[in-house]
Amino acid sequence: MGSRLSIALLVFAAFTAAAQAQEKTSDKSSDIIAHGEYLARAGDCTACHTAAEGRLFAGARPMPTPFGTIYTSNITPDPETGIGKWSADDFYKTMHNGRFPDGGLIYPAMPFASYTKVTRADSDAIFAYLRSIPPVNQKNKPHELRFPYDNRQLVLGWRTLFFSEGEFKPDPTKSAEWNRGAYLVEGLGHCGMCHSPINALGGTSQSDAFKGGLIPMQNWYAPSLTSNREAGLGDWSIKDITDLLQTGVSARGVVYGPMAEVVHNSLQYLNDEDTRAMAVYLKGIAEGSSPPPASTALPTAESSLLISLGKTVYDKNCASCHGSQGEGKPPHWPPLANNQSIEMQSAVNPIRMVLNGGYPPGTKGNPMPYGMPPFAGLLSDNEVAAVVSYIRTAWGNRGSPVSAREANELRSAPLN
Amino acid sequence: MFARAAASAAVIVTIAAFDGAAAQTTSQPPDTMAARVEACTPCHGNKGEGTSDVYFPRLAGKPAGYLYNQLLAFRSGRRKYPPMNYLLEFLPDPYLAAMAEYFASEHPPLPQPAPSEVSKDVLAQGELLATSGDAGRNIPACVSCHGPGLTGMQPGVPGLLGLRAAYISAQLGAWRYGTRTAKSPDCMQLVAGHLTEADVTAVAAWLATRPAPDNPAPVPKGTYALPFGCGSQPN
Ligand code: HEC
Ligand code: HEC
Ligand code: HEC
Ligand code: HEC
Ligand code: HEC
Repeated sequence: MGSRLSIALLVFAAFTAAAQAQEKTSDKSSDIIAHGEYLARAGDCTACHTAAEGRLFAGARPMPTPFGTIYTSNITPDPETGIGKWSADDFYKTMHNGRFPDGGLIYPAMPFASYTKVTRADSDAIFAYLRSIPPVNQKNKPHELRFPYDNRQLVLGWRTLFFSEGEFKPDPTKSAEWNRGAYLVEGLGHCGMCHSPINALGGTSQSDAFKGGLIPMQNWYAPSLTSNREAGLGDWSIKDITDLLQTGVSARGVVYGPMAEVVHNSLQYLNDEDTRAMAVYLKGIAEGSSPPPASTALPTAESSLLISLGKTVYDKNCASCHGSQGEGKPPHWPPLANNQSIEMQSAVNPIRMVLNGGYPPGTKGNPMPYGMPPFAGLLSDNEVAAVVSYIRTAWGNRGSPVSAREANELRSAPLN
Repeated sequence: MFARAAASAAVIVTIAAFDGAAAQTTSQPPDTMAARVEACTPCHGNKGEGTSDVYFPRLAGKPAGYLYNQLLAFRSGRRKYPPMNYLLEFLPDPYLAAMAEYFASEHPPLPQPAPSEVSKDVLAQGELLATSGDAGRNIPACVSCHGPGLTGMQPGVPGLLGLRAAYISAQLGAWRYGTRTAKSPDCMQLVAGHLTEADVTAVAAWLATRPAPDNPAPVPKGTYALPFGCGSQPN
């Protein structure tokens, strides 16, 4: 009896020891999973791979491109329709080299050209997280690409021109914080996917990284992050940059359009240290270029008429929020005086703001943002051109006037 | 109260931390829902009473649950009107709920009904459909769900007063063609599926002629039983 009991006790002790050991590893693995979830937010995998009203990571979100519509993949751990049979090596190969486990080429709509900079450890953490979510049995929707773009081999040409494989290499002359920021911006953040001139093939060349460009299909201009004439943040305070990235609004300006999506789905979830690191890096890469004088294609008599009409439209429709001197009530009603994002050479963004209005994204730091009404139905093309010309040139702003034709063309820009 | 006090304490701390920038932060938009929905009011009216555009619906006084369901549907793109789909895309659920509450609690007077452009016979056909339905064609009376006074029921069935005929026919058409859907079971889709173009014209015209009742408020949840289930009206 006595020995039975002690054996039972021994077994029990061994059992609890094993259980404790297991708890320890599962503690550690739950840390990795939590870290993976954080990184998946930083990489915005969640939003791209989840359809509206669809299941988490089940894919099928349409991405319109100039070549047709691409659908994102199911990356849940379902063995048949997801990535349930993949190993961590397979996953790293996709992230790092843009290839399926069988070597097939992945379309660059999946931003592997940025993710190639992600470290193996971070790739493994994201993979561990993806393995922990509920599997969804849902077949991938076939892409609707036009000939010849439906042939994946074409990606090879794109890769030769625009893809250079390689993990992030820290710059030893810079601070650890700067390097952390660079790693996030150039890698998981895939900021360059939009903030670079996009050529006809939908690529980004290394030398043009962060130089700004018009996003195809969406008709929004993603400004240069290096030129202070555009969205270069050289003369912004670190606090204004972190406010913008984390909450979507700041004393200097607000985010809207595709950038609102980035803040909403990804940047608002980053912790204070990482946000600050990105701010330090972004401030650092801005080139101190002195603004060239404004140039305009419009004859001056015409533009001064336009601008005086613009002031009338502004005082009636805009001054109640943006102030008679363009001072706004920051951060919620953004200032328009000395606001780079309306002075850029490309007037696409301010014209679209006036036509479509908008709300900055609702974020943890700004859960009930203030909004701007759309004026498409209230103002004529001429009035839109006039008010945009006015805000681009009043109060010391250094933009150029725009024409009614430009305003008219953007009326048909897609809203989603 | 406490939350307010804490929030203003936080504001003071932020202002203090701002130091030199304090001047910038002192002038803020009013901390009200009215200021937050200024993006909506050029189309829906300052109190959600509607505007002269016949396709822009009145929002005021409709059940908050109904308005909230619509905002969720516009945000996800299930209900389509691109200018609104765009505005709502990145707004969180609790904020949409607050917007719905805001317009639900406004009570501007209902508009004078517009003189109708259709014949007496058509109006009579519309009245018949709305108040009695057509059992032979499986059309339930609209009042069986929208209420004897057509004022709707909390939380998910809207009233049908104060809307223009053009808007009502557009919505019924959208259900018939599947471009507007509601939570399943989508009872309105079943109803609209049985209506002909002529029925739609008639019932929309008659509804638009209804005068305001003494009490336009939606009746409380459970006041009457629906003839069949609606996903937007939980039992
Ligand atoms: C901008 C949108 C976008 C983002 C952001 C994005 N993906 Fe993708 N992803 C795609 C598209 C589109 C495909 C399909 C590409 C193809 O078919 O060639 C894809 C494919 C994949 C695949 C291949 C799965 C399969 O079997 O087809 C994996 C794995 C993957 N993504 C993981 C990720 C991870 C992890 C992240 C975040 C770090 C991420 N993606 C972020 C768009 C995106
Ligand atoms: C999907 C495309 C897209 C991606 C990805 C993207 N941006 Fe943007 N970004 C835009 C567009 C379009 C604008 C112009 C609209 C605006 O100013 O909000 C913009 C504007 C900005 C601005 C200027 C805001 C202002 O008020 O002047 C900054 C700074 C910025 N982005 C930083 C980033 C960073 C950092 C990342 C990566 C974490 C990033 N963006 C990723 C599209 C994108
Ligand atoms: C009800 C208040 C309100 C009115 C009226 C209003 N705006 Fe705005 N405006 C805002 C808000 C709020 C934003 C931020 C919107 C966003 O992030 O999507 C904004 C953003 C902008 C921007 C982008 C600023 C930036 O930082 O890049 C421009 C340009 C602009 N408004 C111009 C105008 C013009 C021109 C008018 C009149 C035709 C006008 N606004 C009327 C509230 C208003
Ligand atoms: C450009 C004009 C416009 C703006 C701005 C606008 N709406 Fe609308 N709204 C409409 C139209 C038109 C419809 C009807 C759409 C349809 O045909 O289904 C509608 C429908 C609605 C509905 C559904 C009403 C019902 O009875 O089913 C709600 C709720 C609503 N809007 C709320 C808002 C809110 C909140 C805002 C601001 C965030 C807003 N709208 C901004 C034009 C607008
Ligand atoms: C079985 C119950 C039921 C019946 C019968 C019914 N409705 Fe509805 N109706 C609803 C519900 C529930 C909604 C809200 C749907 C949603 O959440 O979008 C609605 C919405 C509507 C709307 C949209 C209102 C707006 O502001 O956009 C119209 C118009 C409408 N019904 C007209 C009618 C007409 C006309 C009839 C009779 C021919 C009718 N309904 C019969 C339940 C019913």
